[in-house]
Amino acid sequence: MQSFEYIDAKTVSEAVALLDEKGDQARLLAGGTDLIVQAREGRRSLDWMIDIKSIPEVNELAYDSETGLTLGAAVPCYQIYAVEAICEAYPGLVDATKIIGGTAIQGRAAVGGNLCNASPAADCIPPLIVLNATCVIAGPNGEREIPVEDFCTGPGQTVLAKGEMLVSLKLPAPQQNSSSFYLRFIPRNEMDIAVVGAGASVVLDDAKQRIVSARIALGAVAPTPLFAEDAGALLTDKEISDDVIDEAAQAAQAIARPISDMRGTAEQRTHLVGVLTRRALNGAIQRVREAA
Amino acid sequence: MARKSHVQTTINDETVEFLCEPRQSLLEVLRDELHLTGAKEGCNNGNCGACSVILDGRLVNSCLVLGVETDGKSMETIEGLADPDKLHPIQDAFLENAALQCGICTPGFIMSAKALLDNNPNPTEHEVRYWLAGNLCRCTGYDKIVRAVLDAAEAT
Repeated sequence: MQSFEYIDAKTVSEAVALLDEKGDQARLLAGGTDLIVQAREGRRSLDWMIDIKSIPEVNELAYDSETGLTLGAAVPCYQIYAVEAICEAYPGLVDATKIIGGTAIQGRAAVGGNLCNASPAADCIPPLIVLNATCVIAGPNGEREIPVEDFCTGPGQTVLAKGEMLVSLKLPAPQQNSSSFYLRFIPRNEMDIAVVGAGASVVLDDAKQRIVSARIALGAVAPTPLFAEDAGALLTDKEISDDVIDEAAQAAQAIARPISDMRGTAEQRTHLVGVLTRRALNGAIQRVREAA
Repeated sequence: MARKSHVQTTINDETVEFLCEPRQSLLEVLRDELHLTGAKEGCNNGNCGACSVILDGRLVNSCLVLGVETDGKSMETIEGLADPDKLHPIQDAFLENAALQCGICTPGFIMSAKALLDNNPNPTEHEVRYWLAGNLCRCTGYDKIVRAVLDAAEAT
């Protein structure tokens, strides 16, 4: 592997100052399951690896049924699905954390890292979008917050400016009669990269027959994960039926702009957007109905 | 070349000190500096699991951990599994079930199986298969490995 210096940063302000000083040649290390591979394979040149895992804020994992979830940027996948209250409140996010890599990857890989790596196929990002997550970003000029759907700007590219770092993600507390679902298509059972991924969240009425509101997000069908805002909005205040679900799935297909590559053709991906959007919506609805 | 760091860690219940460059993975440190060559380099990118070790109680790919990150931590490797006079039950089960052929993937599978049984002493076949999905074997076709892990669960 290329040679670099390692710094174990202890505070957010120390990490921000180092990033500001070193610029592009510094990268933050959380789980390392993407970064170490990129450094080894020469896909990313760097002189400084700044380990953030000693910083308290990025390890925070706190759920409160009133205020929601604070998810530190370096919290590994396995810690998330180990908390039953989080599994109940954010099942769509938990779906993703359980299918990223295998057991050993989930022991290190962080949701925040998955977001900052900004792969169009990242499994965690569609569920974060449908769960209304907000990114808490620290930088030389203080803190700012942006919605997750605005974070990625291209493959491997994010809105993070020089000196900025993702500190945590904030997810609002789930509403009454709501749930979420994420699934992807891969040609194997495990250990693969999404050909297409789809996440959905729904809020139903008390009778669980009407959709109050819904959000849909897609992975691997554009240079960034996509928030299918209009497709979700079509479901607002609609009686649940196959027809309205189909309509939303078609609207999601309309915004997908996939490429053809070794994992699948653009045509197959567009077809899959329809199939997976329907399944994600029906999966989220079923979860609301099954809840006590 | 970056300056070497002094690292103190616990490996298989023994305190170990080593010097390493930041660029050296834990796998390189184990094999090249500490001569613990049980963990294998297969893919060196997190796909194959041949380098699996248990770090602070969690299964990790040692090729995706930096040696410098392990300061103050505790780990288990395949070398710590057997007693001097007898094999670990998982090792016995692998032999009984002929769950290995060329053997390159075996240390990784056994550490992964140990992490599973530490965490879930009575897994279902489904749970075993999903837990071991990050370990690749090109010889056995997996069935014998899965049976060995289920047998080991029964034996312990």
